[in-house]
Formats: sequence, C-alpha cells, structure tokens
Amino acid sequence: MSINQSGWRPEAPQTGNADAPTFTGNRALMLEEPLIFEIGSTETTGVDFDDSGAPAQGHKLGNLVRTAPIGLPGLSEPEAVRHYTRLSRQNYAIDLGLFPLGSCTMKHNPRLNEKVARLPGFADIHPLAPVDTVQGALGVINELAFWLIGLTGMYGVAMSPKAGAHGELCGILCIKAALEKRGEGHRKVVLVPESAHGTNPATAAFAGFTVEDIPATAEGRVDLAALKARLGQDVAAVMITNPNTCGLFERDMKAISDAVHAVGGYVYCDGANFNAIVGRVRPGDLGVDAMHINLHKTFSTPHGGGGPGSGPVVLSEALAPFGPLPFTARYEDGHIRLIEEETAGEDHPDSFGRMTAFHGQMGMFTRALAYILSHGADGLKQVAEDAVLNANYMLRSLDDVLDAPFGPSGPCMHEALFSDEGFAEGFTTLDVAKALIDEGYHPMTMYFPLVVHGAMLVEPTETESKAALDQFIGALRSVAARAKTGDESLKTAPHFAPRRRLDETLAARKPVLVWSDPALAQAAE
Amino acid sequence: MSRYFTEDHEWVDVDGDTGTVGITDYAQGQLGDIVFVDVPDEGKTFAKGDDAAVVESVKAASDIYAPVSGSVIEGNAALGDTPGLVNEDAEGEGWMFRLTLSDPGELDGLMDEAAYEAFVAKL
Repeated sequence: MSINQSGWRPEAPQTGNADAPTFTGNRALMLEEPLIFEIGSTETTGVDFDDSGAPAQGHKLGNLVRTAPIGLPGLSEPEAVRHYTRLSRQNYAIDLGLFPLGSCTMKHNPRLNEKVARLPGFADIHPLAPVDTVQGALGVINELAFWLIGLTGMYGVAMSPKAGAHGELCGILCIKAALEKRGEGHRKVVLVPESAHGTNPATAAFAGFTVEDIPATAEGRVDLAALKARLGQDVAAVMITNPNTCGLFERDMKAISDAVHAVGGYVYCDGANFNAIVGRVRPGDLGVDAMHINLHKTFSTPHGGGGPGSGPVVLSEALAPFGPLPFTARYEDGHIRLIEEETAGEDHPDSFGRMTAFHGQMGMFTRALAYILSHGADGLKQVAEDAVLNANYMLRSLDDVLDAPFGPSGPCMHEALFSDEGFAEGFTTLDVAKALIDEGYHPMTMYFPLVVHGAMLVEPTETESKAALDQFIGALRSVAARAKTGDESLKTAPHFAPRRRLDETLAARKPVLVWSDPALAQAAE
Repeated sequence: MSRYFTEDHEWVDVDGDTGTVGITDYAQGQLGDIVFVDVPDEGKTFAKGDDAAVVESVKAASDIYAPVSGSVIEGNAALGDTPGLVNEDAEGEGWMFRLTLSDPGELDGLMDEAAYEAFVAKL
C-alpha cells in the first residue's frame, strides 16, 4: 500500500486539563487583550510623517505650543483595527442575542434603516447647507414629525432634542414658558409618582422646580387619591411614566390629566415606554400636554453603544407655541422651510429658545422614518401587541420560580418585574445578574424600580422569537433555582467572563482613570 | 450623655450643649460599602432638617440631615481617607460632625434607642 507520511494521525480527542494555562493568556477565541498603551510604543508610529513639513515657525500658539511628546501609542493600522475588534468580541450587543434590559427597549435595529441612512443625500449633507439644496432631508424631518403627531394624537412636535432626558427638559421648559406667559411663574412644584423614571425628578429639579413624590398603590400604579389631594395652585406639572416602570399601564391617566388641568397644571408623560402602546393608544386622547418619544427605543434606531439617541417631544395645542427652534414647515407649494430665529418672525414669538445647534439627530430621523414606513400603521400596532405578548409570556413563564410582586395586578405591558423574595439567605439580585453573564446574556435591569426589593426588570421586546424567549427563560429559571437553594458558586459568578466579579467598592474609592507607563512610574520612585 | 435618633437614620450623642452626629448601623447596612463622605466645615450653621453632610456608597449618594439646629465645631477628618469607617463603626468612629446645639428643646422630638429599634423593625 502507499502511505501518506505527513504525520497526521487522526484519533479521538482525549480529555485533559481544561484549566491549563496558555503562553499568551488567551483561551482560544477568548483573547486576553492588553490596553492600547501596552500594545503600541510611544516611540513608534504607524504613519511616516515628513519632519520638514512641521510648522516649526510662524505658528500662532504662543506659549501654548506643546514642548514635550504627548505619549500616544504608535500603532499600525492593522494593530489598531485588531485591538478594537478584539475588544468588541468581549462586549454584548443586540446583534449577538436577547438583551433583556428593562425600560431600555433593546430591539433589533433593522438593516433596511441602515441602508436608508447611508444614502448620500442624507448622510453626506451639512446642517448649514442652503435649504433649497436639502429639500429631501428636510422632507424626512417633516414627514417623521407628521407621523409622530399622528401616532400620539398631539398638536405639534419638537424634533431637535437628542435623547429621552433631553426631551424631558424640552417639555418641562415648554411648561415653564407657558406658565410664565400666563403670569403664573410662581407655580414651582412638579409632582412625580414613585413609578416614574429616575430622570423625571432630575429634569424637574434641573429646570428649577421643586419635586414632590406621589406614592404608588399596592398594585403598582399612581395613587389617584393621593395625587388629587396634593394638587393645588402651586403645582406646575405632573410627570408620569406611562406605561410605568412597574410595566403597568396607568389606567387612571385620563382622570389624572383632568384633575391636573382643573387646577391649571400641565401633564408631562415620559414616553420611553411608548413601544407598548404605539398604534393602540394616543397619549393626546389621555390629556397629555408633552411627551418625549425615544426614537432609539420605540422606532428601532440603534442605542446602547451604537447610538446616538433621539428624543422628539410631542406637544399639545397649549404648549406647542413655546416649543424650541428650529423646526420645519411645509408650504402650500410643497417647499419646506426651516423656521429659525431669523425666519420665525411673528409666527413663533413665544419659543423658549433652542435645545441644539441644528435640526436634531438627522441619522436617527432617516432610520426612524424607514422603520415607520416599512411597518405602516397596522404594523406598528402589531409591534405593540407583540411586545406586550412577549413580556407576558416572560412574566408567566417565570412567576412560579421568581416572585412577581405585581403579577396579580393583571397583564403587564412591555416588561416583566420580579423581586428577590424567596432567595436563600445572603443571595441577591446581583448574584443572579452575574450568573446570567455566565449563561451568555447581558443581565436584566436590576434594583430598579426602587419600589420593589431587589428588582429585576426584564423587557424582551417584540423582535425576539419564541425560541429565543424560551432559551432566556430557561437560563433565568436555572439561575433563580440556584439562588433559592443557596448554591455558593453563584456568589462568585461570573466564572467564564474575561474578568471575574469586580470590586466595585475599590473601583469607586480608588479609581484608576489614567494609564501610566509602569517603567516611568518605577523610575519616578 | 444620651443618644437620640431620627426617622432618617441619623443619631446624635448629646453632652451638655455639644452634639455628635452620625448615621446608624442600620443605615450603613442599607447603603452598602461607603466610598466617600463629605463632612461640613467648622462654623457652618444648620437648622434642624438641613442638608448637613453627604455619603456616597457604590449604590447611591445620600444627604445626611442635621438632626438638630446648631453650628459645626468640627467634621470628622478621618472620613476623608477612610470613608469605610462608617461601615465598620457607624455609631462610633464613623461619626460625621460635632455641633453646638442652638435649641436643645428640639431633642424632645427625637427617638431614644428603644424607639428607634422598634421603628427599624417595622421597615
């Protein structure tokens, strides 16, 4: 016979020592990546500069000119690309799997949106381009504004705020301007229910208002009686998150709005959770005066590292005159104008000013409009229905192993809320979250909302399949069971991540924020 | 010397017209590891209920309220380098500031140790 003498001798794999160290510290595709300063030498560079071209003479920096090297690492292009690509493999992203962060609406970002956003007519224009040359882009802003107004049943919309909390500030500044116009600037109190987002009281305080809490009922909704009892002539507004952070719809919303309006206050609704009701409920019908919409949540534009956010604010007829500049307006001849300080004239004299330098997040507007038009009104309604269906599937698949404090309150909306009730002594929500990392998931939102002890807030969104939900449910059931029986290995999780459990106290007490060259540090001693 | 407690989990030891203020062991347990304490400077005056000091834990930043009115004699400088003293000995070495009471009558509105224990037991 003829024998291939290459030395290759196939045989069944042996089981060996899985913990044996490697020379590099890497574990196959799990790479032990150093800091960029530890890769590149400060003495080298990936690019050759012609020294003679340096402007040694004639600069106008005076004594501000740099005299010592800045100490940046010199890397070649492949070294730089590999460094960040390797780091990205240690990260978690919506493109890798279910991302259960409650209240964050981590849904799939459709690739169609990306294709549209990259069209040169949208991607390669400048905000100062003459309006006649960017009619298409202004048309996108105008069309998106039209949809947002229609979906919310409101009167106008401020498109420029750049994220949810920025939108809150925009809405509150509209309310402040409206009160001052009425000569009622003395109204200084903003009422915020316990079930609202944490940014709400921060926004009100930042705008100069005094924040007062309104308690929640045992079923997790705003205590209407307590709210009514507190209303008076000193109340500027109520800020309500609906659906709220307990994952529940505020059924009394209309009654709340009517009561607030009766005493001359305004209703701000945090629309971060609009995903659960889009196409089914119009906040304008519930008496809302201002509500921000997170395009990066409900309308699928990327966030959580892939951002930026975008937080347009829809406004009632009472508040719209006070909205910020600039905004777009379509004239009868089809031409779209940009209304700014110079052009607003007598049309918009009460605007409180500007939130941003330019029009807002153009790249998010194109993506959001692509999402809206690809779904249509009926598709958006199904988005809300499927989001709620998935969250209730999550809630009812877990409520036998995890305590669901508001489970008896009826169906949840977009997210399912659990507590740490029933865990073995010494076992916490943090242990469950860390163990989920070992299971290959980003942990859920934890310890929020504050009204539930050891809260775990899970928002699956509508873009997850039943198979994906079932796998996550299986993982969380397994981890929850370990927390209840007191499995000690849970206390030291994660075991399989690039780093084990971090010392958060040491990180906060003695943070190391700046890299220093160990050789130089040693020389200095 | 006698010790009084507030519903906001501050304690004050009173010796003559001098009070020493800190947070209770229950409070430090709820906050978790404390990473920073901001104590008031000498001479600062507070009305009862004013924000007097700040503790930051990994979990949250919390205001410490003056349990009684008065002017500050000294802040606990040791907490600058070792904020963890509050975790180790909240009702001893982890004290935050001393003040001269301007209205000892305010002490009547505070709880004694037994009343505070009963208050915490209900939380």
